[in-house]
Amino acid sequence: MATLWFCLVAMMLAIYVLLDGFDLGAGIVHLGVARTDQERRAVIGTIGPVWDGNEVWLITGGGTLFFAFPLLYASSFSGFYLPLTMVLWLLILRGISIEFRSHVKGPLWSPFWDFIFCLSSALLAIFYGAALGNVVRGVPLDSSGYFFEALWTNFRFGSDAGILDWYTILVGLAAYFALTEHGALWVAYKTDGGIRRRAQRIARMGWWVLTPLTVVVTLVTFRVQPMVLEHMLARPWGLIFPALAILGLIGIFAFLRGETTPEREQKAFVCSCAYLLGMLTSVAFGLYPYVLPARGGSEFSLSIYNTRTADRAMQIGLAWWIVGMILATSYFVFLYRRFAGKVVAGGESSEGHGY
Amino acid sequence: MGEAVAIHRLHFAFTITFHYIFPQLTMGLALLLLILKTLAIHTGNEEYNRAVCFWARVFAINFALGVVTGIPMEFQFGTNWAGFSRSAGGVIGQTLGMEGVFSFFLESSFLGLMLFGEKRLGQAWHWVATFLVWLGSWLSGYLIIATDAWMQHPVAYSVTPDGNYSLASFWGLLLNPWALWQYAHNMLGAVQTGCFVMAAVGAFYLLSQKFETGGRVFLRIAVIVGVFAAVCQLFPTGDEQGVFIAHDQQPTLAAMEGLFKTSNGAPLAILGQPDVENRKLDNPLIIPNALSFLTYRAWKAQVRGLDSFPESEWPDRIPLLYYSYHVMVGLGTLFIAIMVIAAFLLWRRRLYSARWMLWILLLAFPFPYIANTAGWITAEVGRQPYLIYGLMRTPAGISPRVSAGNVWFTLIGFLGMYMVLGILFLFLVYREIERGPEGPIALVPHAGGM
Repeated sequence: MATLWFCLVAMMLAIYVLLDGFDLGAGIVHLGVARTDQERRAVIGTIGPVWDGNEVWLITGGGTLFFAFPLLYASSFSGFYLPLTMVLWLLILRGISIEFRSHVKGPLWSPFWDFIFCLSSALLAIFYGAALGNVVRGVPLDSSGYFFEALWTNFRFGSDAGILDWYTILVGLAAYFALTEHGALWVAYKTDGGIRRRAQRIARMGWWVLTPLTVVVTLVTFRVQPMVLEHMLARPWGLIFPALAILGLIGIFAFLRGETTPEREQKAFVCSCAYLLGMLTSVAFGLYPYVLPARGGSEFSLSIYNTRTADRAMQIGLAWWIVGMILATSYFVFLYRRFAGKVVAGGESSEGHGY
Repeated sequence: MGEAVAIHRLHFAFTITFHYIFPQLTMGLALLLLILKTLAIHTGNEEYNRAVCFWARVFAINFALGVVTGIPMEFQFGTNWAGFSRSAGGVIGQTLGMEGVFSFFLESSFLGLMLFGEKRLGQAWHWVATFLVWLGSWLSGYLIIATDAWMQHPVAYSVTPDGNYSLASFWGLLLNPWALWQYAHNMLGAVQTGCFVMAAVGAFYLLSQKFETGGRVFLRIAVIVGVFAAVCQLFPTGDEQGVFIAHDQQPTLAAMEGLFKTSNGAPLAILGQPDVENRKLDNPLIIPNALSFLTYRAWKAQVRGLDSFPESEWPDRIPLLYYSYHVMVGLGTLFIAIMVIAAFLLWRRRLYSARWMLWILLLAFPFPYIANTAGWITAEVGRQPYLIYGLMRTPAGISPRVSAGNVWFTLIGFLGMYMVLGILFLFLVYREIERGPEGPIALVPHAGGM
């Protein structure tokens, strides 16, 4: 039962990264691909109807984590107190910049919010990556099951490292480039004209940064957290997860070459989803059954077994969760269907709702 | 230890109070929008559709701020209240998770369609979207109330071997008798905020002689719905809540009423200042025996005062509890008077020209916000000294490793950020009110539109 909930929580967080990932990526490339106000409205128009629904996956994933593994929720959220609070501030800034940018027409209002949108999206991508880096690297847990980490100490990887050391910064950068790629592919797929061309260029160049960075991060991760490689080798069927990521990367490259059609753009975006999904599931598989390793001494590590709630509560949760997910999926299918096709700068679909 | 507890409490109190400015209006407006949309289809009168479009725009601004200030609430259980989350996550994590799965997905998916406007969606689909947004926001309210009701009156849980709480019965948690009355009382409060805001905008338009057709529609709907909400707020929902508190949280009742001494035929204090040090109420203005009657339906019934409980069971902020309760009840009574008189004038067809009443309605809109906030302070300060009533004391709930200095840092950050949000909110809502309900329909400046 605990393993099932581990998979479900991991799945919800992965869906969050795939969906909100392209919102964040669109934010990162926003100022680069869109020059005029109409183009910027078009970029925001590609995520406008869906972004808050995408963000709900974070809330729901967090809520599910909360009831299935209460100790993990309590320990990690309080331990990462400062960075999580900053993530909240960034989420607030990003949310209002998307919602409020087009309320007032003026030479200062929209550019200001465009800048905030771009900045908060970029910082969020780096923060999420650094958070993942912390989970992989481990935190200074003790027998109480709690920890508290400073934001940084000397940036060196070691027993007194803070939230930010060179490893977690590296993962943060990898996340930044991965989501930039994801967002650029999304914007290219959903737009036309100048924006589409510029987004494709970013995606083509980004691939050459992302691929070597992925290799480096993977190798460093094996050093920093040997458990990941050990678990992979002990359960070789799990190699399908990294294989998915590699196939995704190759796919992006293949579909970006040569002539671009909407179908090939869609496939490139799907490959980017496969890449992100493969990377995240590899991490989850590499850590399982641990969910938050302790630094220097595995006896204090948090696993799904010492953080879980009782079986009865997990069974009750499963009943409503299944019903709720069927409903949620149906809304999403309905929403994305209504919203299929390209958003044209200055066209009816972007102008009509006033971006 | 002492400072950390106080600052963690202040942190939650500030962020939740600011957050609840927005949902109380959106929950109230969601019902009013549904009523307006139903009337638009039923009567075919285009004025109702204009009203729907106008209030949907106000709704959208409030909704966006409700979302961005709501995310920190969900996170704070873990960041600031790790002790509580660790113990109670197996129960309240269920209702909070359900809120995401059942309400937030619904609201975020259909809000866009509601704002999209009926011109391109068709009347029937627009009604469906409005209905689903109402359903999502009221369901969300219920799941939060069920969470709070469990903290007020824990039910349906079992204790795990490591001493934490875990859910034992799904329906037991959702049908907690505390939750049902608390929900009714809370939602009526939200509807009152919606009605007073709608009436104030209507009164503003009539008094300043612009958008008068729209202003009359707003006033009519707001006053008719508002008079029912105001009366039911007091009876039966407020009354029933009092009975629950008298039964399950006796020290809280005594502190709310400023009753220091146990007495047969306890008086109801209308005014007065609790002097906790000397165990008495200064300058009391009382109705003799009334508290006994309201609580037990008998004029001479015994009501236990604070003196019959050890001080360790007393709520730790008695003056705050006493005043917030009295402010809530006092304002609630005033709202009944305002709405009954306004409804009478409406019935006699004199409301639209009664300038004095329009002025009262215009100036009254901040007070339901105050009353709703005071009501929540009464509920949560009244729950003290417990975090989960009878099971866990408040100091045990905080995050043990998060120091007071770190909480100060984030509290100051939230203060600054929310001040900016508050200014933006007032600015944007003011612009919408200036623009009025008579612009072109279906041009909706919101990211949810398509």
